Amino acid sequence: MQPFEKVVAQHGGTVLRVCRVLLGRHDAEDAWSETFLAAMRAYPDLPETANIEAWLVTIAHRKAIDLLRARKRQPIPVEDVPEAPTALGVPGAADAVDGDLWQAVRALPGKQRQAVAYHYVAGLPYAEIAEILGVTTDAARRAAADGIRNLRKNYPGAIREGAPS
Amino acid sequence: MNVSSDFASSPADADTLERLRLRLGQAADAEGLLDVAYTTVDSPVGALLLAATPKGLVRVAFDIEDHDRVLETLSKRISPRVLRAPKRLDATARELDEYFARRRQVFDLPLDLSLSKGFRQLVQQHLPEIGYGQTRTYGQVAALVGNPKAFRAVGTACATNPLPLVVPCHRVLPADGTPGRYAGGPEAKLTLLNLEAA
Repeated sequence: MQPFEKVVAQHGGTVLRVCRVLLGRHDAEDAWSETFLAAMRAYPDLPETANIEAWLVTIAHRKAIDLLRARKRQPIPVEDVPEAPTALGVPGAADAVDGDLWQAVRALPGKQRQAVAYHYVAGLPYAEIAEILGVTTDAARRAAADGIRNLRKNYPGAIREGAPS
Repeated sequence: MNVSSDFASSPADADTLERLRLRLGQAADAEGLLDVAYTTVDSPVGALLLAATPKGLVRVAFDIEDHDRVLETLSKRISPRVLRAPKRLDATARELDEYFARRRQVFDLPLDLSLSKGFRQLVQQHLPEIGYGQTRTYGQVAALVGNPKAFRAVGTACATNPLPLVVPCHRVLPADGTPGRYAGGPEAKLTLLNLEAA
């Protein structure tokens, strides 16, 4: 079993980006810390064959939900909800630190946002994402596709055109 | 769509991650999860890896031992809960600095000898009795631990000392005047002997 430090070095960046998509910059750091602390506790019992990145994303998924609940914000909805109004696109309203894309992704309904984070940021296959979200593989694929379509529709400048992945 | 590259790390990420990693080390320590903390320091005998359990300093490794391999061994033999967390090694790093600046002759650090067993550990426990600037032969150390014929085993115990520098195996030499085996290589051994002789 490799030293836990290697796990942090190898996957720390991806987990941080996933947490940012789920929560925004500030809360992402708390979620990152909670994720790796929990992972470190469980690490010696992790089977050698486990997909470490999927395991970490699963923990991050739960920690993000815990964090949202603890802060008494709107929890990540189980069902898709209509998009909330947003200040995005209003001149001067943009967060100087966060790029448009980050804000655009966070404006997505919960499941779309999660599916986009786990597929496009963490690079997990839809079968793994389906397990994390507790849905079918098709539903996971659909949520990611809907998320990308919404992003493209609402914030065309935020996503560069390129070869479909 | 180049979504993945759009999500690629921003320049601030390296700093953020470094800060988060240090914070993780402290949180893990506070929660009793930091089974092995390590750091690396520069020294006149090259980069040194320092590792400690909650019990004490458990490993000092030279660059030529390959620090990645040393960490893998620590992960296997002690616990995979290994993190770079310099704080636990602050006192060790400070005492080594003082040693290399000739301001310290005796190390005053809690040690964890769990990486060596039996006769080797017995030898390593006695090595600090050889004072700064002095040397002994393998045969003399064998006599010191009450087994005068075991000079070869003493040589092995010195060569496999998990805590070189702090447990002064560099002060033990073959009777033929050569530097003998040393984890840091013969040159490092001579550097230390010269440092202490000055």
